[in-house]
Amino acid sequence: MRLAPIEALGFRSIRYVATAGRMAVFLGQILRAVVTPPTRLRRLVGEVYDSGVLSLLIVCGSGVAVGAVLGLQGYSTLVRFGAENSLGSVVGLSLVRELGPVLTGLLVTGRGGSAMAAEIASMVATEQLDGLRMLSIDPVHLVVAPKALAMLFVMPLLAALFTTFGIFGGYVVGVHLLGVDGGTYLNGLESVDFPNDVAGSLVKSAVFGALVGLIATYRGYTSEPSSAGVSRATTSTVVIASVSILVVDYVITALWGV
Amino acid sequence: MPNAMRQESPRDVAQAPLELRNVWLAFGPRVVCRDLSCSFPRGAITVLMGGSGAGKSTLFRLIGGLLRPDRGSIQVAGEEITGLSDSGLGRVRRRIGMMFQGGALLDAMTLFENVALPLRERTKLSEREVTAKVMESLEAVGLADAEGLLPSQLSGGMVKRAALARAIVMSPEIVLADEPFSGLDPVTLRRIEALLVETNRGLGHTLVVASHHIASAKRMARQIVFLRDGLAICGTPEELEKSADPGIAEFFHADADEPAPMSMHTEAR
Repeated sequence: MRLAPIEALGFRSIRYVATAGRMAVFLGQILRAVVTPPTRLRRLVGEVYDSGVLSLLIVCGSGVAVGAVLGLQGYSTLVRFGAENSLGSVVGLSLVRELGPVLTGLLVTGRGGSAMAAEIASMVATEQLDGLRMLSIDPVHLVVAPKALAMLFVMPLLAALFTTFGIFGGYVVGVHLLGVDGGTYLNGLESVDFPNDVAGSLVKSAVFGALVGLIATYRGYTSEPSSAGVSRATTSTVVIASVSILVVDYVITALWGV
Repeated sequence: MPNAMRQESPRDVAQAPLELRNVWLAFGPRVVCRDLSCSFPRGAITVLMGGSGAGKSTLFRLIGGLLRPDRGSIQVAGEEITGLSDSGLGRVRRRIGMMFQGGALLDAMTLFENVALPLRERTKLSEREVTAKVMESLEAVGLADAEGLLPSQLSGGMVKRAALARAIVMSPEIVLADEPFSGLDPVTLRRIEALLVETNRGLGHTLVVASHHIASAKRMARQIVFLRDGLAICGTPEELEKSADPGIAEFFHADADEPAPMSMHTEAR
């Protein structure tokens, strides 16, 4: 009886390790599908449109809002030390190094990742994937790989847009509302280390894209064939992918320093 | 043994393109196949019957390699499939056309694209040849004018016909139709039934239909395989209709005019 909590802990640990193992195998299947002909360029473009182009408004709008808030908060802090001329530097560095990739990852998880998981899970529930198997067509090749790959491609692009629009939002607030000199604001952006910080930002968002793509497709692909399964796949995708982004962000920042 | 109502001649068995021998399958404590054996005559229509949850769809999934049995042998077109890898199963599945209960058509593709999918993926036909074959299949099921519609724009009967068109477009040796009559009005049901019989006669494939519909089973089947308690009981429609087995008799006379037997009332309570 006293062993019950330990047994439960052991059971959960084994389950997590088993899930991680299955995800690794699934990742292997996706990678194999990506390099196996035929190339599904049309499907990939369609998925890039669904996950990327349809997320443009929310990403750009959020970028402006976050940049504007950064401008306001940054100015009110910097002005106490007479350092308001560093506003461009603060906004630029925060967005390029952290907020751009992380917030874009979270936004795309909520919009594109959940939709991806729901779509695959509903295909499981309606036997569409089994239908493909019976046609001797690998569902990972036709359905999963283009979706996961699209997420890898769109995330850095969306993060770059988020960052750009964020800098613009900070400029509008700092320069037009709070009276910081425009040239000084833009000059402050030079403190962003061009190859290192920008490359780090792009790599981070590419890693987040790969994570979201893998988690969303895996949760959808392995969901129970029911409407409750669709719901669980969607919810767990958002939760797991969001937490993974924050954890992996810390790891990359700690190891690489960007 | 109840699964030997009609003894299959060695010739029947030798020619059978589909054969299950001593198959066992359980989901936890629930045993779905209990030493199940049956075979399906080449080129004929076999109707798979049994109560809800008897394992009809599961049997199709076993035949298609979507499920693996715990024990036993499953031969499809002369090939043992229980130990095959994914690529081996893919090879065997090219000889099977499956019509799923809900159609299993891809939502994002039009009817034409759905039917063309196996041709585009598995053959080297030119787009003109693909178009000709797809239109031939769609015409066979009376859907030639609906080629541009999405599955969500089709009625229940149209979905069944579209699923049949996709199942037969590669001219498979074996066609499995899972509950093709479920949810259809009597007129549409007769149309789908006629369509299944016509395509079977025209293309000569072995057709296995999972159905609850007794009247259509009597009309179309050369053999009925009745699933009960994990076993398969094989026979002609006449043999099974006259069966003294209470479970089979109850099933076959459940929609007759006379009052239901006492055991049904008991079960209903």
